[in-house]
Amino acid sequence: MKKINLLYIMLAAVLLYSCSKDITERNMDFPALQPASTDINAGTWKPILLTGPTEFPVAAPIATTTPDYIAQVNEIKSFQAKMTRDEKNSVKYWSAGAVLRWNEIMRELVALHNLPPYQNADGTYPFPSANNPLAYPQFPFANPPYAARAYAYVAAAQYDALVAAWHYKKLYNRPAPYNADPTVNVLIPKSDLPSYPSEDAVVIGVTTELLKLLFPGDQEFIQLKAEEHKRARIIAGANVRSDLEAGETLGKSVAQKFVTRARGDRAGAAIGNQTIWTQMENDAIARGEIPWISQESPKRPPMLPLFGKVKTFLFDSLTMVTTIRPAAPPSTSSQQFKDEVAEVYSFSKNPTREQIRIAHFWADGLATYTPPGHWNAIATEDFVKQNFSEVRWARNMGLLNMALMDAAIACWDAKYLYFNPRPSQIDPRIKTTTGLPNFPSYISGHSTFSGAAATILGHIIKPKAAEYTAMAKEASESRIYGAIHYRSDCTRGLETGNKVGEYAIARALTDGAE
Amino acid sequence: MKKLLLLTVFLISIKAGAQTDIDAIMMEKNAFCIGPMYAHSSWKNYWEGTLKRDNANLGKVSTTMSSVMGNYGITNKLNVLFGVPYVKTKASAGQLKGLKGIQDISLWVKWKAYTKKMGQGRLSLFAIGGYSLPASNYTADFLPMSIGLESKNLSLRAMADYQRGAWFATLSGTYVRRSNIEIDRTAYYTTEMHYSNEVKMPDAASFNFRAGYRDKGAYAELVLDNWTTLDGFDITRNNMPFPSNRMNATRIGLNLKYPMRFHPPLSLVANGFTTIAGRNMGQATGFGAGIFYVFNFAKKEKADTNKSKK
Repeated sequence: MKKINLLYIMLAAVLLYSCSKDITERNMDFPALQPASTDINAGTWKPILLTGPTEFPVAAPIATTTPDYIAQVNEIKSFQAKMTRDEKNSVKYWSAGAVLRWNEIMRELVALHNLPPYQNADGTYPFPSANNPLAYPQFPFANPPYAARAYAYVAAAQYDALVAAWHYKKLYNRPAPYNADPTVNVLIPKSDLPSYPSEDAVVIGVTTELLKLLFPGDQEFIQLKAEEHKRARIIAGANVRSDLEAGETLGKSVAQKFVTRARGDRAGAAIGNQTIWTQMENDAIARGEIPWISQESPKRPPMLPLFGKVKTFLFDSLTMVTTIRPAAPPSTSSQQFKDEVAEVYSFSKNPTREQIRIAHFWADGLATYTPPGHWNAIATEDFVKQNFSEVRWARNMGLLNMALMDAAIACWDAKYLYFNPRPSQIDPRIKTTTGLPNFPSYISGHSTFSGAAATILGHIIKPKAAEYTAMAKEASESRIYGAIHYRSDCTRGLETGNKVGEYAIARALTDGAE
Repeated sequence: MKKLLLLTVFLISIKAGAQTDIDAIMMEKNAFCIGPMYAHSSWKNYWEGTLKRDNANLGKVSTTMSSVMGNYGITNKLNVLFGVPYVKTKASAGQLKGLKGIQDISLWVKWKAYTKKMGQGRLSLFAIGGYSLPASNYTADFLPMSIGLESKNLSLRAMADYQRGAWFATLSGTYVRRSNIEIDRTAYYTTEMHYSNEVKMPDAASFNFRAGYRDKGAYAELVLDNWTTLDGFDITRNNMPFPSNRMNATRIGLNLKYPMRFHPPLSLVANGFTTIAGRNMGQATGFGAGIFYVFNFAKKEKADTNKSKK
């Protein structure tokens, strides 16, 4: 009898235990965008590349009394009449905001592509080819510099395209379908913002066009998202088809300016070649320093050694050399250097659980959205609470991501100028609790990214400035805990990042949005 | 098979402990068997999804496990077992740091539910339940250097054993319900992006077949077992493993136990195994050894039981 009871207890335990394993993901709970202000005058904000908001003209819309318009309203009503549960969910998903969702989609693409190629049989490494993106190794290898640049181009282009869109919204002042026809159901918060051209379609047009350049092998995934997004806007009653068509066309036009800039920004040549890699090593030796050597087996060429030459957004290349570039690191023969190696060894030898947690929290290594992506995720979750309009979302994401890209450029400039070895190269006893990046140590990328992001985010959401600074400091120190960076890499990285962030603030103060 | 027979020649007729949750051996009522085990396993090749490869940035990854295991007979047909392992990992190449710590504490209840004479042998059926949970706050999301996967596991096992003379065969099947785990980062990518620190852990099933010679506390057995994760995703090309990967392994092994002639409550156990197929796991080969001691808290009763069995 006792045994029977035991069996019942075991069965009961299984039943109790078999509750759902489903996970609530933070980004699925974002509320529908409900801007505190429509920012109706955003057409006057200063664009980044456009000469002005009318550089790409948008034709006047048809009147809301025409049969054509009424037919488009009927399209909304037909969709709504046979709306499925999936479509309802889709409306809710996209209602959180176009800039937000496409930034998330990019983060997902970065995570998918953030994997270093496997070596060839002869111990050399293949490089991904933009012309053959689906062949292994797939294009791109979305490492942190690549990702930072991708996020920045898309965010900056979205901003310019929306500034132009806002100009025409105010000019033509065509009401949203639910304001033009009160019998239209609306499934998202109503707004007085004119709906022509559609801000969502502007974002779709500009983003999909840039993603052809940045993620050429993922077109099916991207186009499916674009179609779903457009349909969600119609089902929601937020846009008629002509709002979408005008917006998408405008977005695609604006994207071309950014595509042209991207093709000429020197990123395509950032991989360098054997002659350049050897030259960097020899230059370090000539300065009397121990040069960086790849710790991978087989030895992998350094990651994007000429990325420091890429064209910046927020300052010119002279400013980078004279104002942003950090001073040389402690010499590899100095006492300070030896002390810093010893400090890294102490963290490596006996890491606490908390140090491992911090190292992993900020690691953003292989198959993640990278540190710039992490700061985009942090910004997103905070921006959601700010009730920004789409154009202000784009402006703030643009500032953040231009700062992150310029931080990447400044950091990579220092890394390959100084070609400083990693701690584990100097002391083989140093083992790491996070992946060892395959590029020189000084200055820390995480620190530079985090310094830049915290500075501009602290300007955008001033009450959180101290919190962002503390996060950046923790992100920076996580690299010492992980035993992959010296303290100088991290403190100088933060300082350099902060300087880059100040240039983003300087732009923010003069772009007309504050 | 000849070698196995040779080994059995030295086995002597004494009752002793060192049972596990997956064999048909029971402790007698009020007897308590406990002892340390040491196990070492390592792999150089692993399966990245279904692709077998090596990795010069890991070299040989080894795991050592020092554990204490115990088994108490509540009755002759109802036993409880426990295990607490201390695990240490190490890679022979590359920079990744090995981790160490107390892994999962496990508790098992083993019930010999049914026994029947069948032909010239005896058939026994068992129901076994187990629960394990992390005994320390270790890091699961640092594979292959993690010491464990951090999930709380509830296992239910059905087992059948047939013994004829000293020869036996045991077959068992186990379903393992695994809880979700929490990792140190706030977002991660599987086959899509997840914005959570919680990872959905797929359940697993395992099968175990063992057969050999078992007599008076000594045994020599060959084991074939399979662990199949019932969902999960494959490691992508040149990526790192992740706790919710579809980890499968099929292994063969040999287990031995030898009670000491000069002092029967003391026995030695030894085992070895190798992995013959797998997915998202290392192709591990390992060995282990342990010393077990049986304390009998009811000597008289034991004597009575022995008598009544005869």
